[in-house]
Order: sequence, then C-alpha cells, then structure tokens
Amino acid sequence: MRIVKAIFRRELGLYLTSATGYGVAATMLLLDGLLFYARALGPAAGERLSAEVLARFFYTTSGLVTIAAVALSIRLVAEERQSGTLVLLTTAPVRDWQIVAGKFLSAFVFLCGITLLSFYMPLLVLVNGRISWAQVGVGYLGLFLLGGAVLSIGLFASALTRSQLVAAVVASAVTGTMFLFWQLSQVLPPPFHGVFAGLAIHSRHFQDFQWGILHLRDVVYYLALTYFFLLLSTKVMEARRWV
Amino acid sequence: MLRVSDLSKSYGGTRALGPVSFEVERGSVVGFLGPNGAGKTTLLRILSCDLRPTAGEISLNGVDALRDPHAVRTQVGFLPETPPVYSEMTVGDYLTFVARIRGIPADRISRRVEEVEERIHIKDRHDSLVRHLSYGYRQRVGLAQAVIHEPELVILDEPTHDLDPVQIREIRSLVRELGDDHTVVVSSHILPEISQTCDRILVLDKGRVVADGSEQALSDRLLGAQQIVVTVRSGGTEGGGEDDSGAVLGCLLAVEGVQNARKEAEAVEGRSFLVEADRDVRADVCRALVEAQFGVLRLDRVQRQLETVFMEILRRGALEDQAQGEPDGADPTVEQAGRGEETADAHR
Repeated sequence: MRIVKAIFRRELGLYLTSATGYGVAATMLLLDGLLFYARALGPAAGERLSAEVLARFFYTTSGLVTIAAVALSIRLVAEERQSGTLVLLTTAPVRDWQIVAGKFLSAFVFLCGITLLSFYMPLLVLVNGRISWAQVGVGYLGLFLLGGAVLSIGLFASALTRSQLVAAVVASAVTGTMFLFWQLSQVLPPPFHGVFAGLAIHSRHFQDFQWGILHLRDVVYYLALTYFFLLLSTKVMEARRWV
Repeated sequence: MLRVSDLSKSYGGTRALGPVSFEVERGSVVGFLGPNGAGKTTLLRILSCDLRPTAGEISLNGVDALRDPHAVRTQVGFLPETPPVYSEMTVGDYLTFVARIRGIPADRISRRVEEVEERIHIKDRHDSLVRHLSYGYRQRVGLAQAVIHEPELVILDEPTHDLDPVQIREIRSLVRELGDDHTVVVSSHILPEISQTCDRILVLDKGRVVADGSEQALSDRLLGAQQIVVTVRSGGTEGGGEDDSGAVLGCLLAVEGVQNARKEAEAVEGRSFLVEADRDVRADVCRALVEAQFGVLRLDRVQRQLETVFMEILRRGALEDQAQGEPDGADPTVEQAGRGEETADAHR
C-alpha cells in the first residue's frame, strides 16, 4: 500500500502542478457552467422543476466528465513510456497492479475534485427552488462512478502505446462505442437488445443517478467495468515485459 | 553471484540475443562491449528484470530471476541509457520518491537521500528542479536512484552516453567508485569507457558473447604476438661510435621466441626497436643486448589498445559468418575496419 501511495502522491502532484491538470479543469468547468446556464437555468431553458434542472445538470456534466476522464488518463502510462521514465517503476520492486492502482487513484481523485468544483451549480438552484440533497449526492456518485470507469478505459489505452494521441483515439473509440451500445440496442431484437442495453456505459445505467435513484445494479456495473479495464491494464503492463 | 545460462531473447522470428552464458563474481566491474545492435541493452534489460527472456536462466545470489523477479529487483539498481528522472520534481523529492518505491523504511529515507547525494556529488542540487539540470547532472541523479537502496548489483547502460568529455571523466570516476561497494555491470560501445572502468570485458556481437576476459588477456589471446619496444643507446656498442642498427636487429632476432624485429625510431639519445614474439621475451632480450654490450635504456611491453582487440573480434566474427555462408551476418564495413586496424597496428 505504501508503494501505491507513493505513486498516487507523485501523480496527483503532477496534476496539481501541470498545465494539463489545470487546463482540463478550467475547460470542463467553463463548458459546464455555460451548458448549465443554457440548458438548465437560463431563460432559454424555460420553467422547470428543480429536480429536472438538477437532472439536466448531471446529464450535461456526465458528458464533460467523460471527456475530462479521457483527457486525464491518456498520459498516465504512455507519457512515461515515451519519456523513458516508466523503467524506473518496472525495474523497482513494484508490482504492475501497484503501478496501475497508484496512477488510477491519482487521476480519479483529481477528476472527483474538479467535478466537485461544479457544486456551486446545484446550489444556484436553491435561489429559485428547493433541491433534494439525496439527488445531489446520488448524482455526484454517478458522476464519480462514470468518471472512474472512463478513466480505467483511458488507462488501458495509455498502457497499450507510447503515443498519447494513439491512446486518446483508442480511449475515445472504446468509450464512444460503449455509449453507442444504447442506440444499437434500440434496433436489435431480443436477446441482443438486453445485452447491449446492459453494456451501454451511459443511458440505462446513468439516467437513474441523475434523478437521484440509486440502484445497486448500476453501482455494480460501473465498479465491474472499472475493475475489468484496470485488470486489462495490468495484464497489458505485464505483457509489455515480453517486448 | 550473478549466473546467466543459455539466455536468449527473440522478437517474432528474429533472435536479438543469445544464447549467452556467463557468471559475474561479487565485487567485480564487468563491461559489456559491442557495436550498436549487438544486444547489450536487451541483455541489461533482462538482467534488471524489466524484460522477460525467451529462454534461459538467471539467478542472483541463488534467487531465480524468472520465478521471482520481484525479489531480484530489490537487489538490483538500473540506470538505462536515458536517465529515468522526472523533470518536474526537485532532486530531493525525486530521490525520496525512489526511496519509497524501493522500500526503504520511512524513518531512514531522508538520511539515505542525504548520503547518496553526498556520494554522487549532487548535494548542492537537492532543491533544484530536474528540468533545470544539465544532462551530466541528470545522469548523476540517474546514478543516485540506481544505488539509493544499496543494491548488490548495479547495471549501467551506456552511462556516458551524450556527455561532454569533462562529464564523461566524472561519470567514469563515479562508476569506479561504485565498484568499491557494489558489483557493477556496464555496457558501452565506446571502447575507452570499458577499458578504463572495467576489470573484465565481455564482447557481444550479434547477440552472442564472442570474447570474455581482461583487456590484456583478450589482447594476448586474440592478437597472438606480444610486442616490446627496446631503446638502445645511440652510437653503437659501448664505447663505439658507428651506427650498428643491423647488429642490434641481428642480436634481437637471435633471441629464442622472437618472430620479428624492426627499427622504429631514431633519436639523439637512443634508437627504438619493435620486437614481436610469441611469448614474454623481455628478460631474454635484455640479457642478449647486455651481453652484446649494447646500452639498453628502456624496455617496454606494448599495451595493445582495446580498440584493436575489439576490431579483431568483429573481423573474425564476420569471417566466420562468411565461411558459414551467411552473407547477411557479415558486415563488410566491419571486416574492412578490422583489416584497416590490423594494418595500422602492424605499422605502428
């Protein structure tokens, strides 16, 4: 655990001192604010119930969290492989899963941090309405779970290559495909309809979070997806020792 | 201490290394010498447990590196060709991070960082950002991370790569110092680096160890004849005044074991003769000249340059490949270079 903590601290420190970290945070918060005003709070959004405003906020924020997660994760391994510093970790008495865990946790904590900076937006709803703290809490939990899952996909893509650009393409392709599973499921007959709807990363599993409804199946889905891609990342790290 | 048996590494159908077998004794400084592409980096990455071999065995102090690489990594420090340093960290923070992942107890880390900074002479850069350091200092920081956990075996891949002459001397000096406390394995394609820092040389060519021994042993074995230079007082025999170089040469050639002798240089004080023999004939030559009343001023054994030995090894490898009908394996430039060196050596 000490090694995971050391890697976690170094990576988190890098996010907090690099242009990448602040750039992603600033862009995400700016877009989130604009979209919140345009789609949920502003005059163009019309009159809505507070719960609906919050649901729209979590919906738009989930898209931005997904993009931010890809942007934050693609550098995690690829950058070190490119600069030649990964060998420091791979020749130290550090297990591959410890490298993956330390890096994932740092990106996850940073992503959760910048996501929480959007908390002022739900508070703005209080000006003209009432909010359910349960909806806010469950909504943010959904964002964290979705963000963690996408981060694990990005980390997997980053472990595959030394090019951050290639990692970005792979991570976007995998994530995008998993988003599109929902649309695909709508045109497929049973049993494929259920399989693809269940695998879709956003619609079925996220929509209840945005309304403040917590289903164990959705939590398990995101945790399982995250674990799966972290396991794949570890296996890729192990496999890279053969080439 | 380090035992390597039939180690090989292939990428697809292409064999990059091996099979190689060798042992390294505790406390020695061993150099891997070879041209680019000989397999040095592949071998060192395998030894540092960064890369898995296709076949073979490695053990360090009895621990099987393939079955338990994690245990072996605790005993190994590795400096790759490009120092694995984080440019955004200060030297102190970086070494502290390395100490943590290397498992040094928390209460010993700051003390150990201080010790290694003193030893590698980077104490004055403790608070400097790595990105502000010169390449030479980065290389030192790389060395510091390789020894901070006091490993049994330190592996250095081209440690003077891209350094200026002053930095090269400093790093060589540090590598020699490391040999006092660690077993050191160094690779390089730069001949003086190996000859000046290592007490044993393994020459790699096309993924195989083609020679193993000290510089002198390799020289004696591969270049055959030994050479000595004799300086005899000018002006003939004691008391004489005429040039009798012919008589000196006759005297030298009469010594048993001498294969060839020729006049090399003429100076005011004395004349130098180069003698080639199949063994060490210094005592016999000296006795013969003194008995013939020639004034012997100096007698030196010629230290063959490692470069000559190296090129001879490559030349022989290329010739063997040709003989075996492997035109791809024989590099004509290597052969030419080897012959050129041989010619130059013969005329030295």
